[in-house]
Amino acid sequence: MQRTPLLGRTGWLVFLASALVAVVLIPLLATVPAPGSAFRIPAYLVPLFGKYLCYAILALALDLIWGYAGILSLGHGAFFALGGYAMGMYLMRQIGTRGVYGDPILPDFMVFLNWRDLPLPWWGFGNFAYAAFMALAVPGVLAAAFGWFAFRSRVTGVYLSIITQAMTYALLLAFFRNDMGFGGNNGLTDFKEILGYDIQAPSTRIGLYVVTAVALGLAFLICRFVVTTRFGRLLLAVRDAESRVRFLGYSTTGAKLFVFVLSALLCGLAGALYVPQVGIINPGEFQPGNSIEVAIWVAVGGRGTLVGAILGALVVNFIKTWLTGAAPELWLFALGALFIIVTLAMPQGILGLAARLKRWRRLSSVPVGVEETAHD
Amino acid sequence: MTDLLSTAQLYLDGITVSFDGFRALNSLSLVIEPGELRTIIGPNGAGKTTMMDVITGKTRPDSGTAMFEGRHDLTRLDEPAIANLGIGRKFQKPTVFENLTVEENLELAIKDDRRIRHTLFRRLDDEQEGRLERVLGQVGLVRRRAELAGLLSHGQKQWLEIGMLLVHDPRLILLDEPVAGMTDAETAATADLIVRLARDRTIVVVEHDMVFVRSLGAKVTVLHEGSVLAEGSIDAVQNDPRVIEVYLGR
Repeated sequence: MQRTPLLGRTGWLVFLASALVAVVLIPLLATVPAPGSAFRIPAYLVPLFGKYLCYAILALALDLIWGYAGILSLGHGAFFALGGYAMGMYLMRQIGTRGVYGDPILPDFMVFLNWRDLPLPWWGFGNFAYAAFMALAVPGVLAAAFGWFAFRSRVTGVYLSIITQAMTYALLLAFFRNDMGFGGNNGLTDFKEILGYDIQAPSTRIGLYVVTAVALGLAFLICRFVVTTRFGRLLLAVRDAESRVRFLGYSTTGAKLFVFVLSALLCGLAGALYVPQVGIINPGEFQPGNSIEVAIWVAVGGRGTLVGAILGALVVNFIKTWLTGAAPELWLFALGALFIIVTLAMPQGILGLAARLKRWRRLSSVPVGVEETAHD
Repeated sequence: MTDLLSTAQLYLDGITVSFDGFRALNSLSLVIEPGELRTIIGPNGAGKTTMMDVITGKTRPDSGTAMFEGRHDLTRLDEPAIANLGIGRKFQKPTVFENLTVEENLELAIKDDRRIRHTLFRRLDDEQEGRLERVLGQVGLVRRRAELAGLLSHGQKQWLEIGMLLVHDPRLILLDEPVAGMTDAETAATADLIVRLARDRTIVVVEHDMVFVRSLGAKVTVLHEGSVLAEGSIDAVQNDPRVIEVYLGR
C-alpha cells in the first residue's frame, strides 16, 4: 500500500517557511526597526494578526469535520466562545482589587448585582491551569453530549446544521441573562494581566501572538495526522456513503463523535487564545451569524484541504478589516457576494482554483510533455 | 426445529416487516446451512432486498426470529455489530467509496480491529498487505490500484465491491444482484468466482438473471409477496405451477 506522508517535501518547505515568517519575522519587525520606519509593524497590528490566527484555528476545526467527515456544523462559534469565556473568567479573577469596586474576590459585575459570594461555576478560575483545562473541557464535553445524541439518532445533513444553529442561539440567550453569572450583556472585559504580565504591554501581545502561531501550527499538524491515517480515509468514506461504512463493521457514530469532539477542542483552544488578545468576550460571540461566517471562510479557501481553511480565514478577515474601515456599509454585501461567487464559480475555493490553473497550464503545454515521454 | 436453529448458518423464522401497512415480509422462514450456496429469486416487490436489510440489521422486523450460527440474535444488533460477526453484503448498485483509491477501499474493508485507536495508529501488517495483494489480483485491479474508485467502469466497481467482501472474509456473504449491468463475459467470470468462493463459506445470491442463476447450479428459493413460495433445484422450481403463475409464466 502506498503510504500518505504527514506532509510532502514541498509541504514541509511551505510549512517551515510560514512558521518562520509567523514566529520569527513578524515579531522581529514589530520590535527591532525604529518606530516610524517603513519596516516596523505597528503595535496595534500584532493582536490583530493574533486574532486572525485564532480564526484560522477555528476554520481548521470546521474543515476537519465539514471537509472530511461531511458534518456541516453552523454552531462552531459556540465552542469557540465557551473556550473564550473560560479564559475570560481567569482574566477577571486576575483583576483582583484593581476593579472599580476594589473587591478582592468578586468581579465588578457581581458587586454591582449585590452578590455576596463567588458562584460555584467560578470556583477555581483563579488558577490558570484549571482555566486552561476548562477552556478545552467545557467545549469538549458539550460537543460529546450534543454529538452523541445527534449522531446516534442519525441526524445528518441540513438537519444537523439547523440544530447546531439552535444550540449556539440557545447559548446566546442564556449568556445574555445576568443571573447566568457570566456578566450578561456586557460579558467579561477590563482585563489587567495574564500570568502576571501586563495584558496591554507590547511584549505580552507579541508573546500571545507567538503562542497563537505555534498553536495554529500544532493544530494543523494534528489535523493533518488525523486525515492521513486510515481513520482519515474512514472519515471520507463516512462523508460519501455513511450507510455503506456501517455494513463494513465500523461504528460511524463513534468515528463522527471522535472527530466532532476533537474539532470542538480546537475551537476551545482558539477561543482561549482569542480573548486575551481582543480584551473582551461577550454573548455576541454566540451569534449564529458568526458560525456561518466560519463556514464561508472554509468554503472560500477550499473544503477538505486544511490549508485552504487557514488561507480562507486569513484572506476573508483581511478583506473584512480593510473593508469595514474603508466602507463599512459594504461589508455584508461583499460577504454575501463572496459566498455566491465561491459557490457558483469556484466550488473548490481558492486552492481548487489554483489546482485548476496548474492543470490548465500543463494541458496547454501538452506537446512538450508528449515529446518528453517519447524520449523516455 | 430447535436442532436446525443451532446448526444452521442463518435461521429466519416468521419474519414480518410492514411499512405503513404494506407487508414487505410476511412471516418469512428460511434456513441456510453452513457452506451452502443459495439463490433467491422473485418478482419485484417480493421482499428480497428487505430480507437482506433484516439480516444485516438495517431494518428491524416487527416480529420473528433471525439467528446467525445459532448464537447471535440478529434482530438485536446494529449494522456494524452484524458486519463484525462475519456477515458481508454487496449492494445492488455498486457502492464503493469513489473518492478513495482502489487500494484504500480494500484497506477499509479488510478484516481488522474496527476501533478508532486502531485506525488512527496502526497500519496494515504484512499478512494483511499480502491478502490485499492477492485479492487485487483475484478481482483484476492490480494495475488500477492507485486510481480513484470513482474512475472505474461499472463492472470494475462491481468487482471492487466483491474484492472488499473478500478481504473482509465474512462467513456469510449476501450478494444483491451481483451481475446487474455486467457484460456476458463478466457475468460468466463472476459466476465462476462465486462458485469458487462458495467452497469455504456460505453465500446467498439474489438475482433476476435466470441464465446466471442456472450457471450457479444451486438450490433456489422463490419469494412472493414477502414469503417463500417454492424451494428446490432450478428445474423443479421452474416447473412448479405456482411459480409459473406468479413469476415465470408471465
